[in-house]
Amino acid sequence: MSPHDFAYLAGLLKQRSGLILTADKEYLLESRLRPLIRSRGLTDFREFVNALRTGDRALIDDVVEAMTTNETSFFRDIKPFQLVRSFVLPALLAARADTRQLRIWCAACSTGQEPYSLAMVLDDERVRLEGWTWQIVATDIAPSVLAKARNGLYSQFEVQRGLPTPMLLKHFTKSGDSWQLKEEMRRKVMFRTVNLLDDLRGLGRFDLIFLRNVLIYFDPPTKSVILEKVSRQLATDGFLFLGGAETVIGVTQAFEPVPDQRGIYRPTGTTPTFAVASQPARPGLAGVRA
Amino acid sequence: MKACLIVDDSRVVRSVARGIVRQLGFETAEAADGAAALEACEARMPDVVLLDWNMPVMNGLEFLHALRARPDGGRPKVVFCTSENELPHIEQALAAGADEYIMKPFDKDIVETKFTLVGVL
Repeated sequence: MSPHDFAYLAGLLKQRSGLILTADKEYLLESRLRPLIRSRGLTDFREFVNALRTGDRALIDDVVEAMTTNETSFFRDIKPFQLVRSFVLPALLAARADTRQLRIWCAACSTGQEPYSLAMVLDDERVRLEGWTWQIVATDIAPSVLAKARNGLYSQFEVQRGLPTPMLLKHFTKSGDSWQLKEEMRRKVMFRTVNLLDDLRGLGRFDLIFLRNVLIYFDPPTKSVILEKVSRQLATDGFLFLGGAETVIGVTQAFEPVPDQRGIYRPTGTTPTFAVASQPARPGLAGVRA
Repeated sequence: MKACLIVDDSRVVRSVARGIVRQLGFETAEAADGAAALEACEARMPDVVLLDWNMPVMNGLEFLHALRARPDGGRPKVVFCTSENELPHIEQALAAGADEYIMKPFDKDIVETKFTLVGVL
């Protein structure tokens, strides 16, 4: 790939998705776009870039999708899901006692394990949520991963990475060598194709937003833009979860960290959360009951 | 250092499991069937047992029943690790007192997940 072609592709990705591709990531571009080049009957990157220059929208979308990282697992990192149950949910149940409605957004949800994990947590809490309505909206830039997410069909490897076996038994059926989430759980999550750089206002307001392991792929100005846009979709007393390697500090003034709760942020100026009766520390996912 | 007893009649599987479990910071002991595993528990009760199902002499489920019947047999966490991947087997294992269940083939991520879930990591 010539430096010229690399520069064009990196610029295209930055413009369309905000993804940053530094020169040391040329191998990533090569390995992920080669199959796309072959599938289009093209021979090399020069021809491929020429095709992109014609403004072929479908091809541009394919490039963005091919370059998106879709690493995910059920209950990834465990702790955030324990905190939803022990810290966030009690606060929201008190704050929304009049409307008895909760809206949750999983941004960049990939193949659906994260929103479905949240759905399983809320399903576990159905006694506390009796008489409440809740909705999980899950979005991603890549339509193909959303198709898999909607289908809720996962390999044996995927269901064993993070998912407690009692939850597997409760929420999945075996389908050949794979496992499918039962329809009643699939219906609890609404999937939509959304580019975080686009206008997000159509999504409405949320009480809890998961934006985990997404910002790491963007440069500081793009992180700032996305966080500002996300802040406008979060209730003024809502909660934002970021990944363990991400922060708002030095990026935006819109959020501030919740003291002593790693990875949780609230809109700046939110009244400190009242004392929530924290669950005792328990191992593993015991805090997320099956 | 916590101890893990690896019970599997396949030397290859025991070797792979040993490598993974040691990477996770455990001392390991090994047994090739349920009866040998019970003897190993007599010598030193492990913190966690990684347990195959189908083995000669005494299978994994029989071992689990015998272990849980011992006065001190409720302490170790038991994670089945087997090629039996049908729902009835999984339900039977949990009902018998298994704490988690791994369907072979497995890798380090899966063992780490399951050991975290049962609280030994």
